[in-house]
This record gives sequence, structure tokens and C-alpha cells, in this order.
Amino acid sequence: MTERKIRVLVAKPGLDGHDRGAKVVARALRDAGMEVIYTGLRQTPEMIAEAALQEDVDVIGLSILSGAHMTLVPHILDLLRANGLEHVRVFLGGIIPDQDVPRLKELGVTGVYGPGAPTEAIVSDIRAALADRA
Amino acid sequence: MSIAESILAGDTRSLARLLTQVENGLPEGRRSLDELFPHTGRAHLIGVTGGTGTGKSSLVDRLALHYRRPPSGEPRRVAVVAVDPSSPFTGGAVLGDRVRMGDLAGDPGVFIRSMASRGSLGGLAQATAAVVQVFDAAGFDPILIETVGAGQAEVEIARLAHTTLVVEAPGLGDEVQAIKAGILEIADLLVVNKADLPGADKTTRALKGMLGLAHPAGRKASPAWIPPVLRTVALDGTGVDELAESIDRHAAHLRASGEWERRERLRLEAELETRLTAALSERLRARVGEGHYREALERMARREVSPAEAVESLLEREDAASI
Repeated sequence: MTERKIRVLVAKPGLDGHDRGAKVVARALRDAGMEVIYTGLRQTPEMIAEAALQEDVDVIGLSILSGAHMTLVPHILDLLRANGLEHVRVFLGGIIPDQDVPRLKELGVTGVYGPGAPTEAIVSDIRAALADRA
Repeated sequence: MSIAESILAGDTRSLARLLTQVENGLPEGRRSLDELFPHTGRAHLIGVTGGTGTGKSSLVDRLALHYRRPPSGEPRRVAVVAVDPSSPFTGGAVLGDRVRMGDLAGDPGVFIRSMASRGSLGGLAQATAAVVQVFDAAGFDPILIETVGAGQAEVEIARLAHTTLVVEAPGLGDEVQAIKAGILEIADLLVVNKADLPGADKTTRALKGMLGLAHPAGRKASPAWIPPVLRTVALDGTGVDELAESIDRHAAHLRASGEWERRERLRLEAELETRLTAALSERLRARVGEGHYREALERMARREVSPAEAVESLLEREDAASI
């Protein structure tokens, strides 16, 4: 039963109370054969980093609609590095203005998706990003 | 330092990685398990099972909190293994038990690990026992194991855990559900969760009646233990201290009656059996060759030999090969 499942943490940091998008993505990843750890609303960056560590995920999908992404995302990336999780790929979805995307990618975010992004693209981007993992 | 040594030294990252290796059945994971095995056998394994929507995850959250902030005594390091079903069609899974366990976040004395059942029936994943062993070696005690919430097939948990909680909730099904399931027979403790909802009295009475009717005496050769029926409200923590006390009483009962060791022995024997069977069958197949194995299968398919005769012919061939 040797198999290597892709494990993804789907989390909503911050205070916005709307997780429909996160749930749609969670389902799409499940249907693509991935194991999705869904943590629900109002996660602090510390909670997300801790869950990523304990669950040993390959990918974190963050959904942020509140506009606080330029604060939350760098904080989460710092915590991941502090936990020795720099190999974990971070994907971001939600309401993210175009002008923030280059900076986010520079910080280490692998992919950014807005409303209406096809879930197939997210699935194939995750697979591509992990193609070279050990 | 080996990964096993790092785990014994308390490194969380190594622990999480080994759990993945073990779950994926990788050879390096097995080697670490071998190294850790002498350190296992100490933790109290508590199984939590019951139907979908009875509040298992919330109850596990409350119990873990209780062990972290006990009314008396030292806090204990708690591990939670939460199993959710894999999709039989895609092999994917959404593991949502952490949603109910937010109270435990930020506490380094709690480690939560979600597992997908990966096609295994019986409420646990194939690797759950091995994952529990890793936590045991890492010094977590108790270890709370939450099964898939199907409600009728979680007998596996009784084989793995020392103490099995069966969680029910009012209004989710009548008492007939309880008789047919066989789930009552595995219960060391019965919990009526959501006990603030209407119908809780009826559910409690029904469960007590059920136990009175058919208390499975001698089931685990521990006839002195009659499963208590406890009431909890996981949302606000009502009844959780009493539940934890009952769990401790059960552990004390197991130890005093010799049942703890007996069950440990049964579990080890079952594991030895399984591994021996797998290893012997692999060795035999290697010795007689895949061609003869296939041929035996073909002859069975043509109804020329029975399954028992096919096995005999393979064993004879192996004898001949070893002379």
C-alpha cells in the first residue's frame, strides 16, 4: 500500500466569515484524489502553521476575502519557515488585487486565484508544483 | 540522529514526518517503527466512535482540554488521531475534524493528526494502529482515536483501544439502531451527547434498557465491568469531567483485572498473525514463481481445482523446490 497522497491544508485566516469558496476548492481537491484537511473559519496564522506542521501537508490553500492578505500572508510564511516548513507550497485565493500579486509571489506564494478561477487550474498547478518533490 | 531518536527527543517535525511515512507504508517508516517499538505500550488508548453528527469531534476536543487542564493533578500530553472516510471513487478525502478542535490550538501538549480511511472498512485506516504506536513511543498519553462516523461497522476500534466510548445523540435513530449494530457490544462507556436536547432522557433510557437486556457478559472476559451510560453536552463541557473520571475508572478496572495485559497480548498476537501471513505468502510466491501462482488461479477460474486444492498444489510445489 505504498502510495504518496497529496495532503492539503485549506484554511481561512482572518476575520471574514464566508467560506464558500474555500469549501468549493476543498471539494474539488478531494475529487482530484487529494486529502484535504479543512480547518474552518477564523484561523490565526499560528493555528495554520501548527496544523500544517502536525498534519505534514504538502500544500496550504489560504482563502482571504478581508483585504488583510498583505499582513496575514507574510506572517504565515514566516511562521512556516520558523517551523522548518519552507518546502510547503502556499496557494492563495479570494479577493486579491492584481497589483499585490507580484509582491506575494516574491514572498513565496506559489499561486494566486481570484473569484471564478477554474478549480481544474488549481488542481493542475498544485500537481505541477509538487512534481519535483522527494 | 535518526528520525526515531529525534522523536524520542521530542521533535515535532520528525514526528509528523514519520506519521506520513507510516501512513504511506514506506520502508523507512517501518525501520523507524522497529526502533520505536520498545518505547510503546505505555499510553492509554481511548477510542471514540458513534454515528455521524453525534458530536464525536466536539467531545474529543473537550476531553483533550480536560486532560490539558485537569481539575486535579498534572496536565497530560494528548494525541488525537481523527479518521474520516476517503471517497471510494477518487481516493480523495476532506478531513474536517479539526474544525471542532479549535480550542486545542496553540497548545504544544496536544498533537492532532487527521487520517483518511483510504479504502479500509471498519472505521479506522489500515495504518491507524501504527500511527498510534508512534504517538505512544513519543510519550503521548492518553491517545484519543476518533473513528469514521458511519455508526455500524466500527468494531475495529475495540480491538485497538483499551477503552471504547460509543457516542449517541438524541433524535438520531431509535433503539433498534442500537440493537442491530453490534456497536453496543464494543462499548466500554456509552455517552449520550447533546444531552440538553429534547429526547435525551428517552435515548438514555433506551440505552440503559438495551444494556439490561443484553449486557454482553464475558465479552471481553471482564464481566465485572458494566458499561455506564453518561450524559454530556460537548458544546459547553457539561458532564466531561465525569466522563473522564469514568474513563480513568475503566483503565483502573482493566489493570486490576489483568484485562489490560490480556487485551495487549491479543492485539500483539493479531498483529503477529497478520504480518506472518503476509510475509509467508510473499515468500511462497517468490519461491514457486509468479507463473505457477497465476496458473493455480487460472485452474481455479476454470473450476478444475478448488481454492483449497490450489493452495495445496502451491505448497507441494514449494516443498519440491526446497529439496
